[in-house]
Amino acid sequence: MQPFTQLTGIAAPLPLANVDTDKIIPARFLKTIKRTGLGKNLFDAIRFRADGSENPDFVLNQEPYRRAEILIAGPNFGCGSSREHAPWALLDFGIRCVIAPDFADIFHNNCFKNGILPIRLPQEVCELLMEDARLGPNSRISIDLERQVVVRPNGEEIGFEVDPFRKHCLLHGLDDIGLTMEKQGAIEAYETRSRSAQPWLSAG
Amino acid sequence: MTGQPRTLFDKIWDSHVVERLPDGTCLLYIDRHLTHEVTSPQAFEGLRNAGRKVRRPDLTFAVADHNVPTSDRSQGIEEPESRLQVETLERNVADFGVPYFAITDVRQGIVHIIGPEQGLSLPGMTIVCGDSHTSTHGALGALAFGIGTSEVEHVLATQTLLQKPARNMKIEVSGTLGLGVTAKDVILKIIGVIGTGGGTGHVIEYAGEVIRDLDMAGRMTVCNMSIEAGARAGMIAPDDKTFAYISGRPYAPTGEAWERALAWWKSLPSDAGAHYDKVVEIRGEEIAPMVTWGTSPEDVITIEGTIPDPAAEPDEGKRAQLLRKLEYMGLAAGQKVSDLKVDVVFVGSCTNGRIEDLRAAAAIAKGRKVAAGVRAMVVPGSGLVKKQAEQEGLDRILREAGFEWREAGCSMCLGMNPDQLKPGQRSASTSNRNFEGRQGPGGRTHLVSPAMAAAAAIRGHLADVREFG
Repeated sequence: MQPFTQLTGIAAPLPLANVDTDKIIPARFLKTIKRTGLGKNLFDAIRFRADGSENPDFVLNQEPYRRAEILIAGPNFGCGSSREHAPWALLDFGIRCVIAPDFADIFHNNCFKNGILPIRLPQEVCELLMEDARLGPNSRISIDLERQVVVRPNGEEIGFEVDPFRKHCLLHGLDDIGLTMEKQGAIEAYETRSRSAQPWLSAG
Repeated sequence: MTGQPRTLFDKIWDSHVVERLPDGTCLLYIDRHLTHEVTSPQAFEGLRNAGRKVRRPDLTFAVADHNVPTSDRSQGIEEPESRLQVETLERNVADFGVPYFAITDVRQGIVHIIGPEQGLSLPGMTIVCGDSHTSTHGALGALAFGIGTSEVEHVLATQTLLQKPARNMKIEVSGTLGLGVTAKDVILKIIGVIGTGGGTGHVIEYAGEVIRDLDMAGRMTVCNMSIEAGARAGMIAPDDKTFAYISGRPYAPTGEAWERALAWWKSLPSDAGAHYDKVVEIRGEEIAPMVTWGTSPEDVITIEGTIPDPAAEPDEGKRAQLLRKLEYMGLAAGQKVSDLKVDVVFVGSCTNGRIEDLRAAAAIAKGRKVAAGVRAMVVPGSGLVKKQAEQEGLDRILREAGFEWREAGCSMCLGMNPDQLKPGQRSASTSNRNFEGRQGPGGRTHLVSPAMAAAAAIRGHLADVREFG
């Protein structure tokens, strides 16, 4: 996983509530057996018209947002299915950070596994950032994960919360499977206890 | 922790913690890992690339359901990408030694139907699957939740997950349900009340007389759509109904193991005085047959309701989103929802693809005909559900009424196989999501119960099942 330390980039405004994972990447694009290449179908239904041409009204089809690395979104972003194809599509497009009042749980989790930083900030702060994102070429926002701050285009810094463990993994690009495998002993001890306490579980 | 009253969730959580990290994150042991073809290929690829094995293939189970055609599949899958995904799963389960039901096996079906059906899902278990509707299995008194593909890989490699404990939420549905009101209406009502983000960060425990009175199929329907209320998991305390349901299923414990399991399962229900971070109370008498009108599962009204008026919404952003929903759904403010003509009726999915659901649809369809111009399809949730329905003669009733009788799979719930809505088509669907494009690009979905879906098929428009007497 690519580490996430600092990021300065164009922030795109997407002021919609309840953006679901079907909207981020429709089910018909989930037939891939790869993690890559999904960016071209990111937000497919709202980004493209029925004839396949770009919908000029959609923010990511406009300059400078074609190069957006940050998304400012509405509440409950990423609701719906557990498909990790949603963060894969965002990442493949170039989005490394999504800022919203809140996120659906599974999507939130999936972001961290892919080097994407989801930041929860209060509604009124998101509205300020939404205004910043509407500044076109001046919509550059900076994120400093180490210091846990978002820096607005006017230089104002806004603090945010992040789980210490997830922060650690993101900063260092750590594969948490590798970390868990180091706990082999504890897992084996659990399995031994479970086998005697609940023998029916391993009968399947 | 001992001595303090705990919830069902707390008890299962506590008993599965392998290790607690300083920031409260827990390494949680997973008792059952269900996998399917869409969210697992990249996880198996990850294992292969790192030279890792599946730690506990005996606790893992695989089935193909999302991509499979629901027409005759003795000749295999025609669509090349779908075929590749299913073949990839077949290669992975063979390479890693994971038990698998092939698409020609009568036990094949939607992963969330066959888990309980086979006795693979049991009370007190931690159950995960790379699929958000894993919450279904919580109906048995398990902690069951959906995970992403990276987490699928983590479970395959370690049989554990890194998780922070969720908050507890109790939804108490008291009283009784009126005639024609089903588990589907209960959960749609709940989502309408708390909203699609209402359960975020929480595990929902459903309680109260109405929930106790539901059969196991109904409880699964309720828990299934917990994710549509934002909760990763929904659960119901196991009781005698649960134990009777499990007893005798192929993977359920027997003999002395059954007795030991039963003793533990009986200790699981939440203690009196256990703490919930949020409590919601709903009266069963207030629930009518429900239908969704918009493009979020929280957009629910009763079948007697009318389409909301965006002009009445003071917030500009919300008004714009309402207008967008009406435009997408081809609706006008103030329209009666029961006037909406349907093109397609879909009975099936992990929400409503069990034998009880097919019986409910058949009871309405019996001796009646599907309205002209309506395509009505029934997709059983598993091969065994299909077989049982055929033994009961439900297929004959439904076919005679004009319904298509198909093979098991996820089908039109998400349209990954050929079963899709065409742009502009309107459906009455027993599935779980009415998102834009969910059942096919441009498709318009109204979520309803199986009986309401059958009623819509017969009338040719959304209709009140209570008129069928």
